[in-house]
Amino acid sequence: MHSEHRAGIPLTLAAIGGLLFLHIPLMLIILYAFTTEEKSFQFPPPGYTTRWLSVAWYERPDIWQPLYLSFKVALIATAIALVFGTLAAAGLSRAKFFGKESISLLFILPIALPGIITGIALRSAFDIMGLPFSTWTIVLGHATFCIVVVYNNAVARFRRISGSMVEASMDLGADGFQTFRHVILPQIGSALLAGGMLAFALSFDEVIVTTFTAGTGVASKTLPIWMLDELIRPRQRPVTNVVAIFVMAVTFIPIVCAYYLTKDGEHTGGAGK
Amino acid sequence: MQNAVSFQHVSRHFGAVRAVDDVSLDIAEGEFFAMLGPSGSGKTTCLRLIAGFEQPTSGHIEIFGTTAEGLPPYRRNVNTVFQDYALFPHMTVGENVAYGLMIRGVARAEREAQAIEALKMVKLDGFQTRRPSQLSGGQRQRVALARALVNKPRVLLLDEPLGALDLKLREQMQDELKALQKQLGITFIFVTHDQGEALSMANRVAIFNEGKIVQAGAPSDVYERPRSRFVADFVGSANVLTPDFNARHGGEKTWASLRPEKIRLALPKEKLPTGWTSATGLVTSVSYQGAVTRIVITSEGNRIAAMVPARDLTTSEGDTLTFAWPRSAAVAMEDA
Repeated sequence: MHSEHRAGIPLTLAAIGGLLFLHIPLMLIILYAFTTEEKSFQFPPPGYTTRWLSVAWYERPDIWQPLYLSFKVALIATAIALVFGTLAAAGLSRAKFFGKESISLLFILPIALPGIITGIALRSAFDIMGLPFSTWTIVLGHATFCIVVVYNNAVARFRRISGSMVEASMDLGADGFQTFRHVILPQIGSALLAGGMLAFALSFDEVIVTTFTAGTGVASKTLPIWMLDELIRPRQRPVTNVVAIFVMAVTFIPIVCAYYLTKDGEHTGGAGK
Repeated sequence: MQNAVSFQHVSRHFGAVRAVDDVSLDIAEGEFFAMLGPSGSGKTTCLRLIAGFEQPTSGHIEIFGTTAEGLPPYRRNVNTVFQDYALFPHMTVGENVAYGLMIRGVARAEREAQAIEALKMVKLDGFQTRRPSQLSGGQRQRVALARALVNKPRVLLLDEPLGALDLKLREQMQDELKALQKQLGITFIFVTHDQGEALSMANRVAIFNEGKIVQAGAPSDVYERPRSRFVADFVGSANVLTPDFNARHGGEKTWASLRPEKIRLALPKEKLPTGWTSATGLVTSVSYQGAVTRIVITSEGNRIAAMVPARDLTTSEGDTLTFAWPRSAAVAMEDA
């Protein structure tokens, strides 16, 4: 693995260029949260201020509703994903039946499908079922890809638990619930935590599926959608950047934690969405 | 004496496969019982039926007089040592051993003390704070044993208990298991495909083939008097004599078994003691095995192996050889 070769200068430059291209815009978002100019993004900013932090906190009550909704949706979608993703992983890692591979693929599909397809499909399905668009339709939409993330993390761990370990626990007097609590949960716990945090991060900043599954009106606006709206009609633009920094923190920290939790030789399923 | 385990016409089918096919069996309390057979013969399924991991398709199972079918594994006073040991990797050795006690709600101090006792019994005192991953195969096996025994089961089930150990360790564990069983007086039931293991450890052996018990009895009984060609061949590779051959050499016109070690070499015109018989054949292979040499002779269409002390040997492949055996050593069998 450890090569003595050093990369050539052009390759090094290309790599640095690529990284800068990816990360300079992020820096700009942070930078413009502190600019004194509120209508346009001029570079360099004419002056610096921390005023927008207090504006966002005290003078913009319209932030709180989307923020609350995003947290609520992410938490519920993650909870649903933890239950169903774990059950699916337990079932599919243990059982052998005809069509098992296809079923596994179907489980992973929602994360591979473009969000716009998932969005349209869910929207028409909700229409046919006559389900009114609400917080719950957003939650269902998010749960489709959150389940995949939890499933991917849990299934790798389940494969390492031998069937005889479960039998040994039952043999020693534990019923199904006790076996889950004392033998299975401790072994899949960190994978579930990692999967759950990734799921939360994915749900928290999701735009496309949300657009299709949310109703209209202020009450169905999640934080990312609110931000999109803010960019379209410029007013106190740096406030959006302050919120963006907050979103970065909320999604970035769980992903870093998930990375370290599953670092021992496993891939972090779905981290790429 | 009460039966520890009793099978009455028990069958377990998986689809069209009859893994266990109409087995009736009584295992007395305190017995060291071996289930011996090739893989797929139904012996492991029988063990799993006793443990409760499988339920019979038909028939009746009793454990100490209590009906067992329908009872889940956690409601049976039976514990298992698994072939792969199935230790819990996230727990220490001490926690592994104390698991059954914890589930039963025994207080921490009490269960830790009992776990240490159990570890002492298997000569692993001082190991309670280690992780299973830090132990050797033999040590893991002992932990699995302690984890089962700490619950004071009335029946201990062992699934190929020595299969994963190397030869020397296997012999040592055989002796230790035997001593442990004598000391505790618990009924031990173990599954193996190794006839040497079964014969040396068990008081009684049941030989399985294709889901049925083909013969059961004391090790010496099964070894000396196999009832079928399958048993004769599987237990200690006895020679199987055809009915014609047997009849020509002083036996009945039935299939018979003849142990290789009952045969000695003879001179062509030697006067044999009364009750002995001899045959002549062509040596097809000679293999040196240390204390003995194994000679395979083809005689009158029968392929006969003989184990002779190495020092007696002056023969080689292609020679014509006369060999002799006491008539009583050729044991008549059913045709099967």
